Amino acid sequence: MLKKSLKQRQNDLSSSKYQLDFLDGGNFKNGELPTFESMLKRSNQFPLKPSKLEILQINMGYMCNQVCAHCHVDAGPDRKEIMTKETLELCLDVIENSGVHTVDLTGGAPEMNPNFRWFVEKASKLGVSDFIVRSNLTIVLANKKFYDLPVFFKKHNIHVVSSMPHWTKGKTDKQRGEGVFNSSIETLKKLNKIGYGIPNSKLKLDLVYNPSGAFLPANQKQLEKSFKKALFNDFGIQFNALFTITNLPISRFLEYLIASENYDEYMYTLVEAYNPNAVSRVMCKNTLSVGWDGQLYDCDFNQMLGLKLNKSIGHIKKFNEKKLAERTIQISQHCYGCTAGAGSSCQGAIA
Amino acid sequence: MNKTYYNPADLKNFTKISEWNEELGTKFFDYYGKVFEDGALSSREKSLIALAVAHVVKCPYCIDAYTKDGLERGITKQEMMEAVHAGAAIESGATLVHGVQMMNKYNKLSM
Repeated sequence: MLKKSLKQRQNDLSSSKYQLDFLDGGNFKNGELPTFESMLKRSNQFPLKPSKLEILQINMGYMCNQVCAHCHVDAGPDRKEIMTKETLELCLDVIENSGVHTVDLTGGAPEMNPNFRWFVEKASKLGVSDFIVRSNLTIVLANKKFYDLPVFFKKHNIHVVSSMPHWTKGKTDKQRGEGVFNSSIETLKKLNKIGYGIPNSKLKLDLVYNPSGAFLPANQKQLEKSFKKALFNDFGIQFNALFTITNLPISRFLEYLIASENYDEYMYTLVEAYNPNAVSRVMCKNTLSVGWDGQLYDCDFNQMLGLKLNKSIGHIKKFNEKKLAERTIQISQHCYGCTAGAGSSCQGAIA
Repeated sequence: MNKTYYNPADLKNFTKISEWNEELGTKFFDYYGKVFEDGALSSREKSLIALAVAHVVKCPYCIDAYTKDGLERGITKQEMMEAVHAGAAIESGATLVHGVQMMNKYNKLSM
């Protein structure tokens, strides 16, 4: 079971440059597999340009109470990167003065940012139609100061989105850490109790499924059916929708792929499943990712790979919706993760 | 010649069989795809049947393919192993039921 981040372990993969070089090497370098860029060109979708900006995804910091084996953020208790109040204030300005209709808070565990509640209180008054907090569920039980989070979420009409790789304990704990399954179940029960995920309730509770290994997610609707049946039969738990998200070959999932000798096969699988229909709906087209330091990125994955936007538009303090709409989205081989099969995004399957 | 008869990399070239006979290859893959769609049986149930048959016919490609397919569908290892046992039980039953033939022959030839 993982205890420390790649960064803390001083692993080569904690360097974004090392990761990008690795992704460009091997079968992409020797021509065995086509690069993502050449694939986009084949389907006349290069360069990738944004559509209308709809979602502002704010990474409030890399600190987390869990050390998940597949984490693309390399988050954990040893990560100290936390978004400051000044940067959060800049985010509030953007939410208020842009066409963004969805705010999506992520991390790490966003709740561990000391200004989390202050920010939610402020941002929830700005009239966004969907206010998402990506909560890992276990944080609610991690410390007394978090016990009332479900009630806090309800008070501010937060849309809770939480990870759950399987409806069984063994598979969940293997990916997310010992004891995570039981704690997650307990928190889901608390959320249900106050109205989250209950049919006809306005309080939305969605679950995110990441495959717990080197394989792609199956059909989202069918998996949702299996999850709903199992969680209701075993624990009486209800939720709204299941989002399937493909693990992208970066950070700790990349570490796992290499260590388990699944990397080459996984990349073949992603490339083979390339779906041009998914390209037109990838999340980087309508989402902007804000890093803990205010730096802007095309998506949370590009953030972790250090693929910064151009300096003139690349920071939240320089936010310019018109200029951002003219940019070209930065790509690398990890992008195959979002275009495989039914596609993948923070809102689940896309094609 | 390969060092072994089976090469895992051959699985992803399966569709290439159509290159030498497009008509039959296409018909086969159309049929194959249709079989595994949801019908009176769900595609999930069919995946488990395929896994059991894969073991009975001892096809390493099929075992790889349907173990992965099962994982993708969230099928648990308990379900997978039960399916393999179901296949194994039929296979060993098919062997053992011939024991009746042996008994009949034995009895016929014996005084």
